Amino acid sequence: MIHSLFLVNASGDIFLEKHWKSVVSRSVCDYFFEAQERATEPENVPPVIPTPHHYLISVLRHRIYFVAVIQSEVPPLFVIEFLHRVVDTFQDYFGVCTEAAIKDNVVVVYELLEEMLDNGFPLATESNILKELIKPPTILRTMVNTITGSTNVGEQLPTGQLSVVPWRRTGVKYTNNEAYFDVVEEIDAIIDKSGSTITAEIQGVIDACVKLTGMPDLTLSFMNPRLLDDVSFHPCVRFKRWEAERILSFIPPDGNFRLLSYHVSSQNLVAIPVYVKHNITFREGSSQGRFDLTLGPKQTMGKAVESVLVSSQLPRGVLNANLNPSQGTYTFDPVTKMLSWDVGKINPQKLPSLKGTMSLQAGASKPDENPSINIQFKIQQMAISGLKVNRLDMYGEKYKPFKGIKYMTKAGKFQVRT
Amino acid sequence: MLDSNKDSLKLEAMKRIVAMIARGKNASDLFPAVVKNVACKNIEVKKLVYVYLVRYAEEQQDLALLSISTFQRGLKDPNQLIRASALRVLSSIRVTIIVPIMMLAIKEAASDMSPYVRKTAAHAIPKLYSLDPEQKDQLIEVIEKLLADKTTLVAGSVVMAFEEVCPERIDLIHKNYRKLCNLLIDVEEWGQVVIINMLTRYARTQFLNPNINEGSGGDKTFYGSDEDEDEDEEEKEKNPYVMDPDHRLLLRNTKPLLQSRNAAVVMAVAQLYFHLAPKAEVGVIAKALVRLLRSHSEVQYVVLQNVATMTIKRRGMFEPYLKSFYIRSTDPTQIKVLKLEVLTNLANETNISTILREFQTYIKSMDKDFVAATIQAIGRCATNIGEVRDTCLNGLVQLLSNRDELVVAESVVVIKKLLQMQPEKHSDIIKHMAKLTDNIQVPMARASILWLIGEYCEHVPKIAPDVLRKMAKSFTNEEDIVKLQIINLAAKLYLTNSKQTKLLTQYVLNLAKYDQNYDIRDRARFIRQLIVPTEKSGALSKYAKKLFLALKPAPVLESPFKDRDHFQLGSLSHLLNAKAGGYQELPDWPEAAPDPSVRNVEVKDSVRAVGTVTFRDTGGLWDLQGPQKVEGKSDSASGSESGSGSEESGSGSESVESEEGSESEEEEEDEEEKNKKKKKKELKKPVQETLTILHLVLCLQTIAPSSALKNYELLHRITGEGLSVEYCFSRQPFSPDANMVAVQMQFTNNATSDTKNLHMEDVKLQSGMRVKEFPEIGDINVAVIKNKRSRSCSKFFVSIQPPVGELMRPIFLTENEFKKEQGQLMGMNEITEKLTLDAKCRNEHAIVQRVTTAANLSRVPCGSDKECRFAGRTVTSSSLVLVTVATKEEGAAQLTVNCEKMLIGTMLVKDILLALTQ
Repeated sequence: MIHSLFLVNASGDIFLEKHWKSVVSRSVCDYFFEAQERATEPENVPPVIPTPHHYLISVLRHRIYFVAVIQSEVPPLFVIEFLHRVVDTFQDYFGVCTEAAIKDNVVVVYELLEEMLDNGFPLATESNILKELIKPPTILRTMVNTITGSTNVGEQLPTGQLSVVPWRRTGVKYTNNEAYFDVVEEIDAIIDKSGSTITAEIQGVIDACVKLTGMPDLTLSFMNPRLLDDVSFHPCVRFKRWEAERILSFIPPDGNFRLLSYHVSSQNLVAIPVYVKHNITFREGSSQGRFDLTLGPKQTMGKAVESVLVSSQLPRGVLNANLNPSQGTYTFDPVTKMLSWDVGKINPQKLPSLKGTMSLQAGASKPDENPSINIQFKIQQMAISGLKVNRLDMYGEKYKPFKGIKYMTKAGKFQVRT
Repeated sequence: MLDSNKDSLKLEAMKRIVAMIARGKNASDLFPAVVKNVACKNIEVKKLVYVYLVRYAEEQQDLALLSISTFQRGLKDPNQLIRASALRVLSSIRVTIIVPIMMLAIKEAASDMSPYVRKTAAHAIPKLYSLDPEQKDQLIEVIEKLLADKTTLVAGSVVMAFEEVCPERIDLIHKNYRKLCNLLIDVEEWGQVVIINMLTRYARTQFLNPNINEGSGGDKTFYGSDEDEDEDEEEKEKNPYVMDPDHRLLLRNTKPLLQSRNAAVVMAVAQLYFHLAPKAEVGVIAKALVRLLRSHSEVQYVVLQNVATMTIKRRGMFEPYLKSFYIRSTDPTQIKVLKLEVLTNLANETNISTILREFQTYIKSMDKDFVAATIQAIGRCATNIGEVRDTCLNGLVQLLSNRDELVVAESVVVIKKLLQMQPEKHSDIIKHMAKLTDNIQVPMARASILWLIGEYCEHVPKIAPDVLRKMAKSFTNEEDIVKLQIINLAAKLYLTNSKQTKLLTQYVLNLAKYDQNYDIRDRARFIRQLIVPTEKSGALSKYAKKLFLALKPAPVLESPFKDRDHFQLGSLSHLLNAKAGGYQELPDWPEAAPDPSVRNVEVKDSVRAVGTVTFRDTGGLWDLQGPQKVEGKSDSASGSESGSGSEESGSGSESVESEEGSESEEEEEDEEEKNKKKKKKELKKPVQETLTILHLVLCLQTIAPSSALKNYELLHRITGEGLSVEYCFSRQPFSPDANMVAVQMQFTNNATSDTKNLHMEDVKLQSGMRVKEFPEIGDINVAVIKNKRSRSCSKFFVSIQPPVGELMRPIFLTENEFKKEQGQLMGMNEITEKLTLDAKCRNEHAIVQRVTTAANLSRVPCGSDKECRFAGRTVTSSSLVLVTVATKEEGAAQLTVNCEKMLIGTMLVKDILLALTQ
């Protein structure tokens, strides 16, 4: 399936290559570079590029292209999904997935890739298993290894590999047993010029951090499970139980994982927590444009809207912007024409606003499009859909775990057209 | 450094070498020095050496051979991880000389007792195949054997091997089809993708088209979906289509996978439904696919491509999700264009106004490529939906005054296409466009305008010659396509209005005659001959007018995804719209269904629901005096459960083996439903229900023996008030806990009413009378089955007494190993009995059969045919149990049991004696 993997950095250097079958010359990447040149933006490189003998499937993450070389028919999503999994694993191991981190840990990277793929077919991709096979590099471990000469490669086959709970390693021990769940919801919305909602939907995830001894069997129930319209689970969740009782029952993997992601049915009206008043105009003939933007909270159930960040791609004709924010700071990049305004927290008594003028290229006609505004924000301790966890129970182990649940609402792809 | 004695130095050196390889530098000079370290004790050094070897062995074949013996030794290692990695490296070394060695190793590993090693063997098959395709026949044998494997770990890998080596041997799948369907949910995600894709192809060859009664689906796109269904139903009544239960099984078992977190799995299920499901059921995949649109942009790209294809055939499916395809200014261009494609496909009379309003905002976008695509899309909507054609046209004409040239040019091209459909009404638009020729510089647009004017010069008789005059002036500076159109325009005008344009035409043709481009010179020469009457001009010139001004059919604007669905969706070939290497065509549905009985597998009990209950053995079971503990897990199904799709009614499939299930209560609900259905069918026969199979587990992995399973009764139906319980020792490996033995329980409800809330209570361990002499099992478990029937509770006390023979697992030994071990277990540990064999079991086969039924042992190969040998290990203590049956004349025989634990030895002798003499 996957023949080779090349890692290409932002400047177009191949800084790592790995082959699972016969060696494929790195010149195959030339086709990739060609496509890269043709595409104006980095994310516009087509994910699948056919070449005379091979097919290149690439993903872009953290400004590194992961280019897989394929020789024959294979579902493209299979490869894409796998490459993303590789990136996730690197991130898990090294904290960040940057060129420097990969170069520093090139041996671990190689060992990981060797375990993850056999002859181009995925072998072990579950991070719990990989961590038993190859211990993640930590400072302490490096010290111990240099002194004792021990290795960071496990000698035993991870027990999970053979069991029906391949995601959990055995023999987990903690002194503080804790299970935390973060319910994070994102609002995707498009708001049109007049402020009415064109489309809005809520996507949510429950991320878990479970540090429990032994083989705990958890059940998590919701106050209002009918809200969840479309769900996708971590493999550990028992689907049957969900179907029948709407209860999440699972033996969790050890550590951090995404338990579930869901979609709140679009029939329910989505509460939009912020509103934007905008007035962006360009006058014909003059080299000035007016920019006026005010933000305000709306339907937030009394919670504060925090970490608000407004960004907008201004038209190409704009040379500079001279604006005056009532709070926060703004920056304007004259090269990319990207305006971003870091608002911070919205105070309902004193609404934040950004007013001023934009200077246009002299002589150029007025831009015929108005920029759209992207907004990011966070609301702590609230799930906008109203989803609430009812209770968390643990079976199978005797101790009392510490349990915690946190809610948060964020803006996903929140866009206001002007 | 590599020659150093210290492992740490070697490791450092290897790390540097691997870093070199990673950077793509050639490190092949170091080959001899590295190969020496292949036998190094340090496991990390070893691994890195393997990495090096696999990379360079191909280049240095001779030297690579030096390392082979190490791997062969590794293949015999007791640690399964080492066996597996040795096989992996051995098969990854691409050296043709060792093909026979590899073949041997694969064959051996395919029957290894560790499923992990068997998985590795499955992985090795395609490697060997690519190295030497001549081994195909032998490899197919191995694949066949591994396909029969019942562990989920192996299933994905072996299907992968099957796809690479012999995708055409569909007959190998028959026997394993149901098993694969049932295992599917527990297979690791990557395996799922491969299996689902394979099963799609399989199903296409084996089952009938569920949509067969609706004719070709494409014709119906203009009907509302409701109408469609009605029609379907009517037709179905006429000619009832009955879905093969196996087809249904596949659809049902793949459905939960739509909830997978892995996009590839979701896509695989989606394509399976698209290709296989009846029309009414395909809709379920839409929601899952729309969910994938939230994922990384690469995933979006692939999913949108597939959605675009699906929307052409099944538009109704995605209509409710129209808004999910709305475009954001932050999307990459390629995603925008694909979303646009989907939106266009989804447009119909009811939603066109919202879609057009969306399009209007897109036109103002800064991304010009995207704007061009939007204009094209508007054009397509206009052609497909008659009502909005005029609105679209007006909108497009407005765009003609746009300041951006690209936008104008694109609109001109689209308007041209639209006008062709009904030119009479729109002469004013043509006039407007004629004016534009002064401003527009984009050649394609200019050419389009000229063509339009030429084609419809009758509608604009005054303007046309004037345009030609202007064009003639600038002829020399025009692009080639524009020049060609000028010549065309001139010719057409000459034919219709020769009075005004004769001179102009002459002039243009003269200019063209001396053009640099030979195409244009050719065209000019050709047209001159055709239209200008001379003495020599033949019959053709009479028809010139017909030639030029014939009515041209309007172009059809259609989606580039129109015919893509003949490729299997989700495949690389589909994405590229070209056949990729190794692509397997999706076969058409067969006219008549092939024999469904090929998939039947002989199974003793028809079990419909499987659940698992585990008992945890906390060790000490074999401790003679120690306290014995068994923790019952009332919540059941602790370790082994996962969403199950294994209730398979009436198929008689192998669901016994699948270790999946769910809580008993839940099962009950399902059963109830089933029950109702059944009642209808069977007209109130006593309802036979099989409920739950209980796994009492005390033992490590075992290899499924060939012998038949013996059933024991746990609860008679009279004492159980209609509920009867049987149990048997399945001899299946129970992986969640190592030290357990699997017990399968079969519940049968012979009563007329439903049985609800079946569960275990107060699982107790009682030290009974026989504890001392029979400490290993005794009356360990007294399970209470509480049977709630119409609000009354019934409790039954039952106990399970496993015979000693069940408390072992078979192991493989060679003859020599057997003899060696036997030699160490002499004296006190050996028990010998003489016996006379039962008349029916004097041949070797019968003896083997009876012994393996009595005890869970495996046969050891043996040189003489007078002797049968068996070997196994006890459960918790792993002490060796060796059994020898030596036959003599006239049914006399001698039974020898060697075992460390004398008690077990004596018990076993009794059991086997009984088995052989009865």
